[in-house]
Amino acid sequence: MSETATSASPWRPWRFLSRRLNAIGLTGKGLVILAPTLWLVVFFLVPLVIVGQISLSLMAYGQPPYEPLLTFGADGTVQLTLHLSNFLFLLSDSLYINAYLSSLRVAFVSTVIALLIGYPMAYYIARAPEKYRHLLLMLVILPFWTSFLLRVYAWIGFLRGNGVINNFLMWTGLIDAPITMLQTDFAVYVGIVYTYLPFMILPLYTSLVKLDGTLLEASADLGAKPLRTFLSVTLPLSMPGIIAGSMLVFIPAIGEYVIPALLGGPDTLMIGRVLWDEFFSNRDWPVASAVAVAMLIVVVVPIMLMQRAQDAVVERR
Amino acid sequence: MKKPQTAADTRPWRDPGAKPFVRIRNVTKKFGDVFAVDDVSLDIFKGELFCLLGGSGSGKSTLLRMLAGFEDPTSGSIEIDGQDMASVPPYRRPVNMMFQSYALFPHMSVEANIAYGLKRDHLPKAEIADRVAELLRLVKLEPYGKRKPHQLSGGQRQRVALARALAKRPKLLLLDEPLGALDKKLREETQFELVKIQETLGVTFIVVTHDQEEAMSLATRIGVMREGAIAMIGEPTDVYEFPNSRFVAGFIGSVNMFEGVVVEDEPDHVRIRSTEAGCDIYVNHGVDCAPDQVLWFAIRPEKISLSRERPEGDANIAKGMVEDIAYLGDMSVYQVMLDSGKRIRVTKANALRGDPDAISWDEEVYAHWGGNAGSVLTS
Repeated sequence: MSETATSASPWRPWRFLSRRLNAIGLTGKGLVILAPTLWLVVFFLVPLVIVGQISLSLMAYGQPPYEPLLTFGADGTVQLTLHLSNFLFLLSDSLYINAYLSSLRVAFVSTVIALLIGYPMAYYIARAPEKYRHLLLMLVILPFWTSFLLRVYAWIGFLRGNGVINNFLMWTGLIDAPITMLQTDFAVYVGIVYTYLPFMILPLYTSLVKLDGTLLEASADLGAKPLRTFLSVTLPLSMPGIIAGSMLVFIPAIGEYVIPALLGGPDTLMIGRVLWDEFFSNRDWPVASAVAVAMLIVVVVPIMLMQRAQDAVVERR
Repeated sequence: MKKPQTAADTRPWRDPGAKPFVRIRNVTKKFGDVFAVDDVSLDIFKGELFCLLGGSGSGKSTLLRMLAGFEDPTSGSIEIDGQDMASVPPYRRPVNMMFQSYALFPHMSVEANIAYGLKRDHLPKAEIADRVAELLRLVKLEPYGKRKPHQLSGGQRQRVALARALAKRPKLLLLDEPLGALDKKLREETQFELVKIQETLGVTFIVVTHDQEEAMSLATRIGVMREGAIAMIGEPTDVYEFPNSRFVAGFIGSVNMFEGVVVEDEPDHVRIRSTEAGCDIYVNHGVDCAPDQVLWFAIRPEKISLSRERPEGDANIAKGMVEDIAYLGDMSVYQVMLDSGKRIRVTKANALRGDPDAISWDEEVYAHWGGNAGSVLTS
């Protein structure tokens, strides 16, 4: 019986391939995991190692603009030189520490504002009739169809002295002279909140739309007024969305370069700008790399804290 | 499982002067153009365990949700304990509900779930703790107070939901398919517990269910709903033995229905000629009908007897052949093909073990019944 089946079966390249892969210990599951692993190794881990290596080097004039870590002596010795001076330099110059603290502040405040704006929007979309939800979500994502850079430039048109907002306010007579909004921290907050708001709304929406409406009814039935129901039922059950959304806003906001560069003033200090200046203006790759590595540490710590908080929330279910 | 029905005072609905606890007056609820509930009037008395019974889409859940305050009636009024409920929000009603899905708060422990309503009343902490402990004892969940709902079995969750709904000592408890999610055995046990708790606490229960067995065994009275309207209200025995329409007769239990024409209409008896039955049907009491009127005779399977010999008499005897027998252990269901071509269902209790003389497949039999065994229905 098996013989006839084999002779009648068509050529199956997939079966051949999978047999070969199985022979070297690769199953379908292994392949699925292998692809992203390879991607992360090539495009994340290797560059990270390179950056880490440069940060331990010294600036040099030439190509590449830093000294190699390994030097080969004429007598066949290999010398490994690690310079920690770049990191010490970061600690010694208050500019860098201030930039980090300022970045954390800007990212934190922006996250809180995005949460305060995004939560009602996500709540409304999740509670809207089902047929409108996709349309409303679409509107949230719609800005992504335009280049990020263009959208930030558009804000210049809104915020500048003779921009749309000032002209409107003067036309209504609310103000006599234009308010300075562009090149202030305010403009940076506007830009960051505007840009990252969808990243806050989407995870919030996902957790709010899953919220069982009968839980809200049960809460009301047990005597809770709407605000109490929100605080005791809706808010705790949407905590995973709050945490995920906050991470998605906070983390990129820390290292944000374009928005403070375009909308911020000369005194808007953010680590992304410092990094850019080190890299492109000072051409000091080692210090720029040290800034990047330090920033990674600054970002990773809050990620780990939030991740732990999220695990705790999931655990409590 | 029913409440003892000996003393007259346990059945206030029989007393025309009794004051109802819940008064539903001409309530209609429209969703768009659809009448979910259509002009329902209903009185429910204190201490009752009233079952709203109906298929899906019969409006029973909508009626319950209007009592809880989650839906507003399009027209009509609802009074609970003498107070008009119009524009009273759910959180101010003296009513608690046990949800079909239980709707337990997943992020709270069993204790916190039960205490939720009490906290809203701002009771002192010690009193809340006492009340929670008491309720856990009532539903036999003392060791599970610290668990989360997802760590409980279906039956345990059901009891938490019940305890939470009872925590505020509501005057009226609404239960939406309370036993629907439980398996059969658990459901039967829980039915007893539910009735016991209801009797102990003296709370008025309104239970929505689609399960007629559940309604029969739980209820003091049943309201059968159909297409948003009440088809019949009555005690379980009334609804089963004296249905008022073909719908009610067919919805509750199984029934054999014969169409026929009135040929004799006397004050003390009625004779119906039915070609469907293949014989005359004699009813030994008067019926509100006219000669030559077409009507229906409904008879339950257990009210029909089968015999090999033709019994005496000129009516209520239909000849046929046994087509099929379903042996259920406690009883057997016979499917008999009458000579008229109509199939009927007859059940017989298996009183003897391995009865060698039992009627078997393909035997010719006479199906017969007494003059008082069935109901004459005009609609």
